[in-house]
Formats: sequence, structure tokens, C-alpha cells
Amino acid sequence: MTLFGYKLPNMSSLILWGILWEIVGQIELTFFLPPLSDIFATLIEIGGTTPFINALKETALAFSIGTLSAICIGIPVGILMGKNQLIDELLLPWVNLFLSAPLTALVPVLMVLFGFGLKSIVITTALFAIWIIVLNSRAGVRQINQSLVEMSKSFGASQLDALTKIYFWAALPEILSGVRIGFIRAVKGVIIGQLLISIVGFGSLFELYASNFLMSHFWAVLIVLFALSFIIAEFLAYLERRVDYYASRR
Amino acid sequence: MTKSTDNAVTVRNVYKNYGSTEALRDLSLDFPRGQLTSLLGPSGCGKTTLLKIIAGLLPATSGEILVNGEVVKAPGPDRAFVFQDFALMPWASVIRNVAFGLELRGVAKSEREGIAQKYINEVGLTGFEHSFPHELSGGMRQRVGLARALSVDAQVLLMDEPFSAVDEQTRRKFQEDLLGLVKNENKTFIFVTHSIEEAVYVSDQIAILLPRPSRVMEIIRPSGFRHKDVDSIRREPEYLDIVDRIWASLRSYVE
Repeated sequence: MTLFGYKLPNMSSLILWGILWEIVGQIELTFFLPPLSDIFATLIEIGGTTPFINALKETALAFSIGTLSAICIGIPVGILMGKNQLIDELLLPWVNLFLSAPLTALVPVLMVLFGFGLKSIVITTALFAIWIIVLNSRAGVRQINQSLVEMSKSFGASQLDALTKIYFWAALPEILSGVRIGFIRAVKGVIIGQLLISIVGFGSLFELYASNFLMSHFWAVLIVLFALSFIIAEFLAYLERRVDYYASRR
Repeated sequence: MTKSTDNAVTVRNVYKNYGSTEALRDLSLDFPRGQLTSLLGPSGCGKTTLLKIIAGLLPATSGEILVNGEVVKAPGPDRAFVFQDFALMPWASVIRNVAFGLELRGVAKSEREGIAQKYINEVGLTGFEHSFPHELSGGMRQRVGLARALSVDAQVLLMDEPFSAVDEQTRRKFQEDLLGLVKNENKTFIFVTHSIEEAVYVSDQIAILLPRPSRVMEIIRPSGFRHKDVDSIRREPEYLDIVDRIWASLRSYVE
């Protein structure tokens, strides 16, 4: 963006919103919005404490296992769906159903099936992430240039060769954007899991601070969460740009 | 030598139907070893279909394809394909693209890159080994496709309108280079084209196909100018006569 002929750095609008927040906080309009400076002070205060570090670890653990399994299952399933008509017709209705289903409503069922521990939280996280990864991988495979497939066949590629050396790479730009959106959804999944299933990790912090009206603590945790998911999303967007050079030329 | 081994590829009574549409009807054709045969005809005459059946990429409804006297039904190391749209992997460098056929055969990396390098030099792409396809012009991309087909050292090269996506001057250069390849490589070339001039210029044998359903109308073997210099072929009376003759027989099929 340019303002009065000056090129502003990315996201400089955040500064404006930050100032506005600080003003609203200082005039004590509502207890819900403490001044931004207080929030950062709280963040520094609680940032190094053991409960916070443990909560971060618990959330990070559930998040990584959940997203990793969503990727490891979602990408191959999506590729197979894009490649095989039969598998596609069998699975597509379910994928579409779960993509738009209110997954939060399923969480109590998961608790009955898998208990109140890490397992249920991981499954919730994976369920939030996996469907968009499947759909995007499928879409990536479906737009593949058929002559690349014929090329690999004519040089004697096996089914596995074709999958790993052609289909995967040809679909990579779509797969990466699916993974990026899946990760953002997984952040929702892990927090909902840690709020509803067992009050652990960041979920327990949210629960604790909100029920005690510790608003600056509450916002501090939220900002950490936002910052972390922003970094992950930006990193994946960077990977996407790395494959941009061939995304439009397949 | 018996007659069947004189021909690198023999197509015998091939039929191809798409549902109720007859694409090829009872098509038989011989491809003499070490020569270049063109499949020429108006669009929709099934020349690419025939080429893909020979490659093993499409199944024939009935009939047989013989390569070196043996029936083939799938792609094999005896045949290599050059694609109209190049079919390069956009995520891979030139050298990896050229070595891809060898990679699929399990040739070790250093060995296959050595072979790839040799053919990259041969097609005139030295210095572009680590470029990516999108950094190359259309003509250079097809050179990559050609080097890939040459590096697997197949006896039969199948070329599907390989020069139709490159500009006119590059195309002429390609045609001259192709004549050199046919002379030096001792391979059998099957070349699909819709350009009459191109077919007459490069071919030892021209099979003219007619559409709906496709069959061989005529086989022409230009003989007088094959040994002539590449620059003088286009001035040969025989060259001009054949071009005219083919056009006279094809013009009624062009809408």
C-alpha cells in the first residue's frame, strides 16, 4: 500500500489498529478490552512460567500429531481419488459431507469412542484438517496434463513410479494450498478439542482466564496462538510460492 | 533376412473403435528398419491414434502390432515417444527430464546423467542442463523431449507431430537435424505430421491415411533426392511433384 507517496511496509495497518486498541483500553470502555500494552506486559509475565510452557507443549504435541496424520492420510487418499474413478465415487460424498459438517458436534461422539485423552484431541485436530487436504490433492491430480501420464507410461513407469514421480509433483501446488488451509483449520480443531474433551493445553488456559475474567491473560494467550498459526501459514505460503514457477505451466 | 525382420514395426489388420465410432478399420502397414516413415493425413484420420497403439499407450480393438517380429501390447524399451506438447516435467531440470527414461529403468544417477549429458550435447543444449523447462523456448523444449527419447536408446522412435508447436524457422532446422539423425542413428522413425511438405522432406516412406474410418490410401517412397544435400531437396522436381500429387489427393478431404 502507498500513502502520500510513501510505500508502507506490509501489515502496517496493524499499527493503526494497535493504537486504536490501546486508546479504547486506556479509556476503560469495557473490561473485555484491556489496553494492548497491559496485554503485552502480561504476556512477558506469564510467557516463561511452567504452566504456560506446559500448555504450549501439550497443544503443540496434539497439533503436530493431528496435522501430520491428516497430511499422511489425506494426500495419498486425495491422489488416489483423483486417479481412480471408483475410489472417487465411493469417497467423494463423505469427503464433501465432512468438509461442511459442523465437526464440533462430533466431538462428544469421539469422546465416547476414544476416551478423554490425547487420542481424542489428536483425532479432532486431524478431522478438522484432513478433508480440505483430500479435496485439494484430488483437484491437483485431476488437472494433470495427460501427456505427462502417457510420457511416464511410455518410458515404462510402474503405478508406484507414476504416483510418486508424476502425480504427486504435478499436484504439489494444490496439495500445498490444501495443507495450508488444513493447518489453519487444525488450529481450530486442537483448541476445540482441548476445551471440550479434556481441559488441557491452551484450552485449559482459555478456560481458566475466561472464567476468572483475566482478560489481559486471555488476550495474551490468544495473541500467542494467532502469532504461531500466522507463522505456520506464512511458511506454507512461502513453500507454495516456491512451486509457483510451474503451477501455471503444467 | 526374412521379410518380417526387414521391418522394425509391422501393423497387421488393426481395428480401433471408440464405442460405435470406427477410428481405424483393418489397417496394415510396414515400417522398414532404419528408415523414417511418415503418417500423413487430414485431421481426424487417426494418425495419432495409430501411433499411440504402436506405442502401447492405447489398446487396439483387434489386430496386432509386431516390433522386431514380436507381438507387443504395452510400452516397452524398444520404443520411445516424442510428444507434440513436449510432456516435460516442469518441476525437473533439463538433465533430470532427459534422464527420466533411464531413471525409471533403475539406472544409477551418475551413469544416467552421463548418458543424458551426451544427448544434451548432441541436441545442442550444452549449458542448459540445470535450466527448467519454463526457462526454455518451445524449440529448446522439444530438443529436451528428443534427447529424452534418444537417451533410452530405443530402436524405434515414435514422433507425434513433434514440430507442430515450434515456430517455422526452428521447424526447418529441426527437419534438417532429423535427416541427420535418421542417417546416423540407425533407428526406425515413425513420424506423424499434417504438413505435406514436412512429410515429403524428411521421409523415406509416406503413408497417406484417409479419415472415417481411417485406412491407408497410398504409400509413396521418394527415392531420387534422399541422398541429396539438405539445402537442395526443396528445389528437386521430384520433391515438388510429390507434394503436388499428395495435395491433389487430399484436397477433397479438407473442409
